[in-house]
Amino acid sequence: MTGGPLLSVRGLKVVFGLDEGSVRAVDGVSFDVMPGQVVGIVGESGCGKSVTTKAMLQLVDPPGRIAAGEMLFRRAGGDAVDLARLDPRGREIREIRGAEIALIPQEPMASFSPVHTVGEQIVEAIRLHARQWRPEGGAVSRADARAIVVDLFRDVGISMPEQRLDSYSWQLSGGLRQRAMIAMALSCKPRLLIADEPTTAIDVTTQAQVLALLRDLQKRHGTAIVFITHDLGVIAQMASHVVVMYLGRVMEEGPVDAIFHAPRHPYTRALLRSMPGMRGETRVALPTISGTLPHPFNRPAGCPFHPRCEEAIAGRCQARVPVLRPVGGGQSASCFLHHDEAEAT
Amino acid sequence: MSGPDGAQPLLRVRNLRKFFPIVKGVFSRTVGHVRAVDDVGFDVHEGETLGLVGESGCGKTTTSRCILRAMAPTSGEMLYRRRDGSTVDLAPLSRRELRPLRAEIQMIFQDPFGSLNPRMTLFDNVGEPLLVNGMSNRGERMDRVAELLRLVGLRPEFMHRFPHAFSGGQRQRIGIARALSTNPRLVVADEPVSALDVSVQAQVLNLLLELQQRLRLTFLFVAHDLSVVRHISDRVAVMYVGQIVELAPTKSIFERPLHPYTAALLKAVPVADPRVPAGDVLLKGEVPSPASPPAGCYFNPRCPFADERCRREAPVLRELATGHSVRCHHAERLQLAVPQERIDPAGRSG
Ligand SMILES: Nc1ncnc2c1ncn2[C@@H]1O[C@H](COP(=O)(O)OP(=O)(O)OP(=O)(O)O)[C@@H](O)[C@H]1O
Ligand SMILES: Nc1ncnc2c1ncn2[C@@H]1O[C@H](COP(=O)(O)OP(=O)(O)O)[C@@H](O)[C@H]1O
Ligand code: SF4
Ligand code: SF4
Ligand SMILES: [Mg+2]
Ligand SMILES: [Mg+2]
Repeated sequence: MTGGPLLSVRGLKVVFGLDEGSVRAVDGVSFDVMPGQVVGIVGESGCGKSVTTKAMLQLVDPPGRIAAGEMLFRRAGGDAVDLARLDPRGREIREIRGAEIALIPQEPMASFSPVHTVGEQIVEAIRLHARQWRPEGGAVSRADARAIVVDLFRDVGISMPEQRLDSYSWQLSGGLRQRAMIAMALSCKPRLLIADEPTTAIDVTTQAQVLALLRDLQKRHGTAIVFITHDLGVIAQMASHVVVMYLGRVMEEGPVDAIFHAPRHPYTRALLRSMPGMRGETRVALPTISGTLPHPFNRPAGCPFHPRCEEAIAGRCQARVPVLRPVGGGQSASCFLHHDEAEAT
Repeated sequence: MSGPDGAQPLLRVRNLRKFFPIVKGVFSRTVGHVRAVDDVGFDVHEGETLGLVGESGCGKTTTSRCILRAMAPTSGEMLYRRRDGSTVDLAPLSRRELRPLRAEIQMIFQDPFGSLNPRMTLFDNVGEPLLVNGMSNRGERMDRVAELLRLVGLRPEFMHRFPHAFSGGQRQRIGIARALSTNPRLVVADEPVSALDVSVQAQVLNLLLELQQRLRLTFLFVAHDLSVVRHISDRVAVMYVGQIVELAPTKSIFERPLHPYTAALLKAVPVADPRVPAGDVLLKGEVPSPASPPAGCYFNPRCPFADERCRREAPVLRELATGHSVRCHHAERLQLAVPQERIDPAGRSG
């Protein structure tokens, strides 16, 4: 299956069974990631971006569970494996985690242990996944692993790498910690890197440095990246393909230029309009999306966006759920303005 | 100096400094100072929005907390013009002397979750400043709270609910209602939309603009997001390591920045248009610590134009064009134009 996607997510559902009711955090998400491609996932808080990425690595926090769908990942050897079916504590997912798919998680402090230096932690990861560095077999010595980390630190733009190696994560500034985390994620040469809001907590000039770094690494090593953010500017500059999510579903997906210049879904259009830009008129009312994001327990029936949609078709949009279908231009949309296909009830 | 339309400054800040001592050891010896605010000066004109931008730690919050007198400045003046036309320096006032001014100068916080008391209903949260300011009649307070909730677009029936029942955007509206309860003239808003999603952020920005016009409010609007500050401000001050490095009308600062740091900051903002190429990363290195800023110009270790003089002599903030001030020795000789496609509205937003 050469030429096919590296990762193919189909109909993914993740449900959190809580005392008050169940939350459908991810409710039928589908998208593909081609080898070496940067796919941006964008959407507002709570729409299911982080849960989607955690599901890929079987890291969904209990009481959450993958309720349906498949995530076909092409492994280094060429075999496809359905990540959705793997045992969260099993051998296969542990082989894949870190080595083939690496995650830069949203909570930067949580990802390094405070009691070990960042260097020790990355050295451990490299030794654990020795096969990524010694394809012909054999262990990586501590000294060799340390040398690899020094190179990685230099690669991600950490000055004085030998000293920084022996720091604890809490001793590093936000920008340096972010770089150390990227070094950690790259330490096992993943083929797919998942970056969940990697620059949201850092300043704009540091963000520019980190984004340039990720772009450069992607070019040099051909790593595919799933890039999650709620920042449309960051998406426009990073992604070649964009997935727009709302309430656990994909509203629209397509090439980045089409999403920004010819958005087809009313939610994508509204989102782009409501953003104050670096050009255009100032101190005027911004177009807004009416209403508020519904509480996860009160998912609207029909199209999840219908209570806030200005173009909703009476009688149709509140009754049936539109599926994601191609609408031309390489784009797909879940919207009855563009096709008639509804989810089976 | 009066404002563009002849408006008087409502607040004049001069040579404001706030140094935090760095203490060490069992005898709490002071070994140095964090120069969080280091000679800041600006005017805020009646009815305008002055935006204060800069990266994390540059002193925005400390500046606003000094103006609100949540802390006492180390030195400097903050001349506030009262409703009756008299001027008072907020800097040396005691708690008791500040009390009558509290109603006139109010605050909107960043965190819509942390700024409200979770154990109090909206009535008590929003009505508390009224009670403190002597409105002891409960019925009167209820009427006023109902009016305020309507003003910020919330239903008056909500007043008996608790904050946890509301979304982030709604909580920020509650915070705004609370700030407006005493009919303030000056509102200091520290990152009021930073915690909100794009669509909710647009609603709150619209609300602030609308309330400003209706109530003739004056805003000091603090934020790190440049597009938000650009959208809401009449004038913008850019801070770097405790100092204002540039201050100008919004259009000038975004289209013709005169300070190398401002120019770099603008280039670093990712433009929400894939057809605009990502700018070159021209700022290397990190922001210096305000505990040990470099000699000369604080920006010199990162500045592509730094020379011998910059490393030796600290520049002062000087007015280069009408209303456009900059803290750089070489500003008039530098070519800092922002690439046309980043400001030309010929693109999508046109
Ligand atoms: N451990 C959990 N228990 C219960 N519900 C959860 C849990 N984690 C996430 N959820 C719910 O799942 C939904 C999706 O959450 P998720 O973290 O994926 O959002 P997100 O898109 O990453 O948002 P943000 O932009 O805020 O990071 C939300 O409704 C959230 O409340
Ligand atoms: N109470 C304090 N004690 C010591 N240092 C402080 C205190 N408050 C702020 N600072 C320091 O002052 C500088 C400016 O901080 P702040 O005004 O919060 O910046 P901003 O709001 O622009 O992010 C930072 O270096 C910060 O660490
Ligand atoms: S399906 Fe209907 S409600 Fe949903 S986005 Fe399309 S038009 Fe709007
Ligand atoms: S004074 Fe010198 S170092 Fe400072 S901003 Fe101007 S040119 Fe750069
Ligand atoms: Mg998330
Ligand atoms: Mg602050």
